[in-house]
Amino acid sequence: MQRRKFVKKGVLISLSTLLGAEIVYGKNLPMGYELLGLQDPDPFKMFDKDSQMVVLNDKPWNIEAQAHLLDDKITPNRYMFIRNNGIIPSNTSVDDWTLSFDGESVYEKKTFSLKDLKSKFKQYTYQLTLECGGNGRSEFDPPAKGNQWTVGAVSCAEWTGIRLRDVLEDVGIKSDAVYIGYHAVDTHLSGDPKKEPISRGVPISKALQDETLLAFKMNGEEIPLAHGYPLRLIAGGWPASASGKWLKGISVRNKVHDGTKMTGTAYRVPCEPVAPGEKVADENMCIIESMPVKSLITYPKSGAVINEGKSLKIRGHAWAGELSAEKVEYSIDFGSSWKECSLETPANRLAWQHFSADLRFPKKGYYEVWARATDSNGVAQPMVLPGWNPKGYLNNACHRIAIKVS
Amino acid sequence: MEDLNKFRKSADQILRLMYLVFFVFIIIAGFLVYLLVDPSFSAFKKNDSEENYISIQNQEVEDFDKIENGIHVRTGFVEGEGLQLVVNNCTSCHSAKLVTQNRMSKEQWSATIRWMQETQNLWDLGQNEEAILTYLATHYAPKKGGRRQNLSDIEWYDLEQ
Repeated sequence: MQRRKFVKKGVLISLSTLLGAEIVYGKNLPMGYELLGLQDPDPFKMFDKDSQMVVLNDKPWNIEAQAHLLDDKITPNRYMFIRNNGIIPSNTSVDDWTLSFDGESVYEKKTFSLKDLKSKFKQYTYQLTLECGGNGRSEFDPPAKGNQWTVGAVSCAEWTGIRLRDVLEDVGIKSDAVYIGYHAVDTHLSGDPKKEPISRGVPISKALQDETLLAFKMNGEEIPLAHGYPLRLIAGGWPASASGKWLKGISVRNKVHDGTKMTGTAYRVPCEPVAPGEKVADENMCIIESMPVKSLITYPKSGAVINEGKSLKIRGHAWAGELSAEKVEYSIDFGSSWKECSLETPANRLAWQHFSADLRFPKKGYYEVWARATDSNGVAQPMVLPGWNPKGYLNNACHRIAIKVS
Repeated sequence: MEDLNKFRKSADQILRLMYLVFFVFIIIAGFLVYLLVDPSFSAFKKNDSEENYISIQNQEVEDFDKIENGIHVRTGFVEGEGLQLVVNNCTSCHSAKLVTQNRMSKEQWSATIRWMQETQNLWDLGQNEEAILTYLATHYAPKKGGRRQNLSDIEWYDLEQ
């Protein structure tokens, strides 16, 4: 009896060490019960994601899609990438959720309940492309620090909400307003309540665009928790980090917002191009604004083997930050010659556009299909990695899939 | 003489009383110590079976730091000198995956540690820092990738058309 007690106590102490906390009612643990804190959470179940999604990091959660998973015209939740800087909040009580406006450039602080926001202002729905600034980072040489995204940190879902502009007009902002910065309720990885994991924003001109929303619905339903429930700022076409999740506050600033991840190397690139690996002084770094032109072949999945003489249908999406894609071309000869794809117009500004083409291959062998989009300013995607930068942002090199004709 | 006898008698009485007080004190102290260790007197209750403890123990405590094929199973870190220091110092705030998916030189790893100390509440690593840096720079060093790499890890499949 005493020995057994001793064993039990020993196990509880070991379990406590694993958890880093005392198991207060440890004596009452039923047989075979696995403590929640020790269970390996299944992210695919937890976030309702497809099992082919790739987990890059589990603390904080960072999960990306693969190109072929993004074939839908409107990205469903199960294929939408997750990017977090901190810990996803667990207590998002929606009944008393409020959004406050403060900062140097408001006349006075104003707070709205979520209910008021939904009922007082006109609602709009847009398809909006959100791409992580670091999408494609894994290709950088010298390597860049951070989550090693390949191609799947992009989505285009349908967001419903109210215009930030309408609410800013109701709040009343001074003429010296330069920037807005968001504040949210996620917690810093260190657990320090005084630290914000991320507090970014956009210039006032972007904040006042029609498509810049305070969104409370994604694809017609409440926003999933990992994507910002119950309220998210959406600034399509810009690094997705500008679209703050779990939104509690907006500061209207009379200078460029200086919140967490607005300074240093975060979401900033050299103002002038630098050689790969070069050190860049802080004052020579500029904040990323619009994302560059890019495209993704979402069908077929890379690795398709087809029979000789058969044609191959390809399709995918193209997007260009603040701009639109003017044309998409494909090449089956490593960029030596290009043929044009058919390209749809966007559902609305800042939505990605769908392209398709019918390909024929001259003989048996290994091929790569490359896709290259050109934006409305005539700027095309590069075929190799574009300008190197310390944190590995803005890689819009053309997407490639492998095909064998046999 | 009578006085002396009387004195001895009362001294004996006092001594006996002191023994008694001491004995009672020991019993109370012993009881209190037990209460600290087992406040619900669970050692005197017979509602537990042997298997409970064994099943929990087998599940969770065995091989907590198991190494398989040169990989620390729980974290995914490569086995090597300094592994435990890295596990202990680098995985309490963020996942080991944030480390293992990155490749940096010793200088860059060092700069990353400084950045975490300045902005992310990382503590002073003291004399462990050198061993941690050596481990990281040895097992997670940059590889040359060039401007564009070959497509790799292609899973070939027959496309139904």
